[in-house]
Amino acid sequence: MQHETASPATPAVGANPLWEVFVRAKRGLNHVHAGSVHAPDAATALRHARDVYTRRAEGVSIWLVASTAIVASDPDAQGDWFEDDKPYRHPTFYTVSDEVGHL
Amino acid sequence: MSALDPLFTYLLRLGDDNLVLAQQLGALVSTMPELELDIAVANVCLDHLGQARYLLAYAAEVEGGGRDEDHLAMLRDERAFRNAVLFEQPNGDFAHTMARQFFVDAYQVPLYEGLATSADLRLATMAQKAAQESRYHLGSSSGWVVRLGDGTTQSRRRMQAAVNALWPFTADLFSADEVESVLVAEGIAVDPASLRPFFDDTVAAVLADATLVLPSDAYQRTGGRQGLHTELLGHLLPEMQSLYRAHRGVQW
Amino acid sequence: MEQSSTVPNGSARESHFAALLSAGEKIEPRDWMPVAYRRTMIRQIAQHAHSEVIGQQPEGNWITRAPSLARKAILVAKVQDEAGHGLYLYSACETLGISRDELNELLHQGRQKYSSIFNYPTLSWADVGAIGWLVDGAAITNQVTLTRTSYGPYARAMVRICKEESFHQRQGFEIMTTLAQGSEAQRAMAQDALDRWWWPSLAMLGPPDEQSTHTDQSLQWGIKLETNDEIRQRFVDQTVPQAHFLGLHVPDEALAWNEGRGHWDFGDIDWDAFWEVVRGNGPCNHERLAHKVQAWQDGAWVREAGLAYAAKQAHGAPRNSA
Repeated sequence: MQHETASPATPAVGANPLWEVFVRAKRGLNHVHAGSVHAPDAATALRHARDVYTRRAEGVSIWLVASTAIVASDPDAQGDWFEDDKPYRHPTFYTVSDEVGHL
Repeated sequence: MSALDPLFTYLLRLGDDNLVLAQQLGALVSTMPELELDIAVANVCLDHLGQARYLLAYAAEVEGGGRDEDHLAMLRDERAFRNAVLFEQPNGDFAHTMARQFFVDAYQVPLYEGLATSADLRLATMAQKAAQESRYHLGSSSGWVVRLGDGTTQSRRRMQAAVNALWPFTADLFSADEVESVLVAEGIAVDPASLRPFFDDTVAAVLADATLVLPSDAYQRTGGRQGLHTELLGHLLPEMQSLYRAHRGVQW
Repeated sequence: MEQSSTVPNGSARESHFAALLSAGEKIEPRDWMPVAYRRTMIRQIAQHAHSEVIGQQPEGNWITRAPSLARKAILVAKVQDEAGHGLYLYSACETLGISRDELNELLHQGRQKYSSIFNYPTLSWADVGAIGWLVDGAAITNQVTLTRTSYGPYARAMVRICKEESFHQRQGFEIMTTLAQGSEAQRAMAQDALDRWWWPSLAMLGPPDEQSTHTDQSLQWGIKLETNDEIRQRFVDQTVPQAHFLGLHVPDEALAWNEGRGHWDFGDIDWDAFWEVVRGNGPCNHERLAHKVQAWQDGAWVREAGLAYAAKQAHGAPRNSA
């Protein structure tokens, strides 16, 4: 089964490493993952990211992370980690009489 | 020369620089070493093309003879082009493309920064934007000069060869005649000689970082501003102009 | 000891995968997926990416000769988008565990394909218009449905691509309109381009459903959402009125509005000719691939230099002596 689990592509020897690109569309918003670029070093990768992912003024700031540096949760652990079984954490759990108005 | 409006000639000189360079960069799309670089070279091409269009359209307006940017680009022959000879030098390998770009950028950054405060508001507006573009270009081109110079034995040999091949065309960037002197006096143009310190300092610093040297031979080829070009321009223009000239007076 | 029901193994994984698909949920990179799904996805995304990258060439052929500076700028921006789209798609494909260099190698060796449409030459400026109008038009018809494809990174890449592509078809149609309303020679140029690009544009949407080897499984996996013939019909229905608007003649004598079906009937596509091109015997197969391989080989020393410089910076190694 191991071979069926996706593992991030290990760059071949002699290949430009992969960098993940995050773009902030405008002030006040988070950086959002836009895609990736290949480049030999961070400075070059940053220029590539600008040239590729902000051609239509899509961003005001870029973050770059070496793809190998990303630590991710186990996709198989979906339920163990991410089950939401506590409805009382959400405002919709509570009934408030209409007469009370906005609460 | 003196029969022409100096502003018209000045705009042609700067416009032709960018047009001829954009024409060459456009031919590189899909030939670059990495997909990211295809995209990067297209960006640089579009910046220069945008600058060329603005300058040529303005030149046509100053001339007031009913021509437009396309007339100026497509219907003038080799001898009427006013670009400095550096811009018409061929793409060559990636090292040549980057060396040419680096020398261009080290010239255009102070040029546009100077023009940003020109007494001619049209020119100043254009130059403010162009200066931003040129600063970005310079960061990229100097980065590659350093990487190739200080990369492998082969890349260093190629980068040094490119610097040697293109250096003799750099003095033409700073050629000046009465066109510039008249406009400098009016606060419109930037004196090309005043751009030399930034250019020389930038070249010295980047080449040192790249472990490269300037050629010792001091020979320089000039004449572009008077329409005395290298033979290369006579091959570049017919390709660019062929379709336009084959169908005169139509819309595209 | 209680076994967690949320850690699927063996057939539980398969049913979990199937449940995600039937719930319309996306499959994401590190999810378990059937080997065949991964293989199909890699093949399809790679072929799509290669098509975008090779697709730079036919239109790039006219960048240096564009008839006005405005058209030159638009064309450079458009060809640049093709490169960008190729890049987004390679990024998506790489999340499946294959590197871009490997994909490049597969393309260069002819082991992965790109769209047959890019093996036709661009012989006049009107071809740039026809490609935007017809080829991009056909591609968009297909791509819009792919924004809902089951593999998350592919779907997201397609959203971005479709957003950017919307100007491609319009600029192509604008070129065709200008030519069709232009001089005699320009109209002839436009008609000639339509004559040459019409049938290849229909064929590029893929073999008819009864001949398509991948359709059933791909539909089931949510990789494809419509069959080739459905997409083709929609493309014809959209495009025929546009050709009429241009006053150009669609080169298909069987073309007729079918009131009963509410669709345009059209003639038989020459699938033998299509397969010849797919097999490598189209007019430009050799040039297109050779151009790509040449660029890659010519760039090898640049890529090596970048890595060498990066390694020196990382290790503080002694630099070249001047």
